[in-house]
Amino acid sequence: MSIVASLRTPRGLAVALLLLALAVLPLLTQAFDQRYLLSIGTRIVIWAIAAISLNMILGYGGLVSFGHAVFFGIGGYAVGILGAHGVVTGWIQWPVGILAAAAWAALVGALSLRTRGVYFIMITLAFAQLVYYVGVGLEAYGADDGLNISRSRFPGLVDLRDKTSFYWLCFALLLGTLWFCSRFANSRFGFVIRGAKSNDLRMTALGFPVFRYRLAAFTLSGAFGGLAGILLANEGAYISPAMMSWVKSGDLIVIVVLGGMGTLFGPLFGTIAFFVLEESLPPLLDLVRKGWGEYWQIAFGPLLVLIALYARGGIDSLFGRRHG
Amino acid sequence: MDYLLLQMLNGVQLGLLMFLLAAGLTLTFGIMDLVNLAHGSLYMMGAYIAWTLIGWTDSFVLGALLALPVTFLLGVAVEAVVMRRLYARDHLDQVLATFGLILFFNELVRVIWGPAGKSLTVPAFLNRTVEILPGVPYPAYRFAIIVVGAVVALLLAWLVARTRLGMLIRAGASNRRMIAALGVNIELLFTLVFGLGAVFAALAGLMAAPLTSVKIGMGDDILIVAFVIIVIGGIGSIKGAFVAAMIVGQIDIVGRAFLPDFLKTFMTASAASSAAPAISQVLVYLLMAGVLIWRPTGLFGQRT
Repeated sequence: MSIVASLRTPRGLAVALLLLALAVLPLLTQAFDQRYLLSIGTRIVIWAIAAISLNMILGYGGLVSFGHAVFFGIGGYAVGILGAHGVVTGWIQWPVGILAAAAWAALVGALSLRTRGVYFIMITLAFAQLVYYVGVGLEAYGADDGLNISRSRFPGLVDLRDKTSFYWLCFALLLGTLWFCSRFANSRFGFVIRGAKSNDLRMTALGFPVFRYRLAAFTLSGAFGGLAGILLANEGAYISPAMMSWVKSGDLIVIVVLGGMGTLFGPLFGTIAFFVLEESLPPLLDLVRKGWGEYWQIAFGPLLVLIALYARGGIDSLFGRRHG
Repeated sequence: MDYLLLQMLNGVQLGLLMFLLAAGLTLTFGIMDLVNLAHGSLYMMGAYIAWTLIGWTDSFVLGALLALPVTFLLGVAVEAVVMRRLYARDHLDQVLATFGLILFFNELVRVIWGPAGKSLTVPAFLNRTVEILPGVPYPAYRFAIIVVGAVVALLLAWLVARTRLGMLIRAGASNRRMIAALGVNIELLFTLVFGLGAVFAALAGLMAAPLTSVKIGMGDDILIVAFVIIVIGGIGSIKGAFVAAMIVGQIDIVGRAFLPDFLKTFMTASAASSAAPAISQVLVYLLMAGVLIWRPTGLFGQRT
C-alpha cells in the first residue's frame, strides 16, 4: 500500500499526524516556551524505541521478557563507564553500548529461550536483577546513587547538550527503528517469529530452527534496547541502577500491551499514552479533590488491571483491523 | 566457629521467612496457574496491618495474631475481585494485572499510613538473647522466627500431605479440570488457597518488620527473590520451595557476612562493603541460572 493510500485509513492518518507532531515538537515547545515539554517529548521518543524493540519479541514473538529495562542499564553504563575513563567520543561509546547489550541479550537468550512460559518470564527477570545488583555493587561508578556523566561527543556533527538537536537525533533514530521493525515484521525472518508465536511445534515440524530464529530476534531486540539506554543516559547526563529496576521492565510491558502487541505503531501509541497518563492523572485527580493528584497511581494501578482484563487489543485496535 | 554458626542460623532464619513468602506463591502457581506479582504487596500489607493492630492492642503477639485473619480476608477479597478473572488468562495478562495491583497497594499504603516508614520494636519478652549452645548467645527474637517458621513449615507439610484439603490441593496441582469434573468446589478451593498464601506472606512480612522496617515497596524486591526460590525449587513444589529457600538464605547471609573480609584483601574497605551484598545477590541469580541449565523445571519440578 502506498503512503498516500495509507493516509486514507484512520490508522494511517493518525500515525501521520502523530509523527508530524513529534517532528515539529521542538518548534512548538519553543514557540510556547515550554522547555519542560521538550524533555518529556525526548523521553517519550527514547522509551518508544525501547518499547518497539521489546515488541519484536513480546508482541511478534509472544515471548514475555520481563527484563527488558536491563538494556537501558547496559547502554547507559557503557556510556558512563567509558566516559569516566576518558573515552568520551560517541563513535566508540555507542557501538560498545549496542554491542554489549546485544551480547548480553544473546547470552540470556541462549539460556532462557530453552525454557517455556512462566520459567521464561522469571529467568529474564532474574538475569535483569543480576545486572541491576552488579550496578548497585559498582562503588566506582556511584553504586546505588548513580553517577553524573558527560554526554557523548560527536565533534563537528551534533552537540548532544543542545536539547533541540538531541531531540531530533532521537526522533531520527525512532524513525530508523520503526523502519527496521516494519522490515523485520514483514520479512521471512519476521514471519518465522510470528509463526512460532502461534505454533512453534508446527514451525519446527516445517523445518525451521525456531530456537535460532528466536535467539536472533532476542539479540536484535537487545541491541535496540541498548540504543535506547545510550540515549536515556545522554538525555539526563546521569546513570543509575534505577534505570534497570524491574519496575521499568514492567512499565515497558505495560506500554507495549497498552499500545497494541505485535503492531508496528502500537508501542509508539502506548508510550505516548503512558506518559500522557503519567503527566495528566495527577492534575486531573487534583481537580476532583485537592491533594489527590499525589496519589495518581492508586487510579493507574486498577487501570492496568482493567486493561489486562478487557482491552488486550490496545490502542492500535481502536483503528480497526490492520492490514497484513 | 561460633561466628559461622551464628551466621548460618541467620541464614536459616532468612530462609524460613523466604519460604513463608515462596510457599504461597508456589501454591497459587501450582494450583491456579497464576503468576502473582502482587504477592509481595500482601507481605507489605501484613506488616502494615500488624503495625496498626500492635499499636491498638499494645501487644506484639496479640496484634500479630489479629493481623493474620485480617490479611486472610484481604487475600480473599483480592482473589474475588481480581485474581478469579485471571486464572484462565495467559501469563502476560496476569503479569500486567498484578503489576497494576502492586502500584495500587503501594499507593494505598501511602494514602493510609503516609510516606514515611514505620518501625516495629521487638517485643520486650524477646528482647534478649538465648544460649543456643553453652556460651553462645543468640538474639531471642531471631530464634523465635526460626521456631515459628519451622512450626509453620511443618504444619504446611502436614496440611498438604495428610489432610483432605491438602489432597485437593495436590490433585488440583496435577489436574485442575479433572477435580472440577469430579464435583470438587474448585472456586472455593482456589479462594482458600489464595487466602492461605496471603496469611503466610503476611506472617513473613510482620515477622521481618522488627528486623528491617515497615516501608512502602518492602515486598517488591523480596518478591523477586521469592520467585527465584520457586523457580529453583520447581514451580508448584512445596518441598522444592523449602530446599531452595534454605539454600538462598545461606548464600545471602554467608555472602554478606564473609565476603567483605575476603574482598578487603584486594579492594578498599568501603568498596568491599558495598560490593559484598551485591555479590551475594548475584550469586543467588547465578545459582538459579545454573539449576535451570541443569534442570529446566527446577530441582523438584514436574517434568513435562
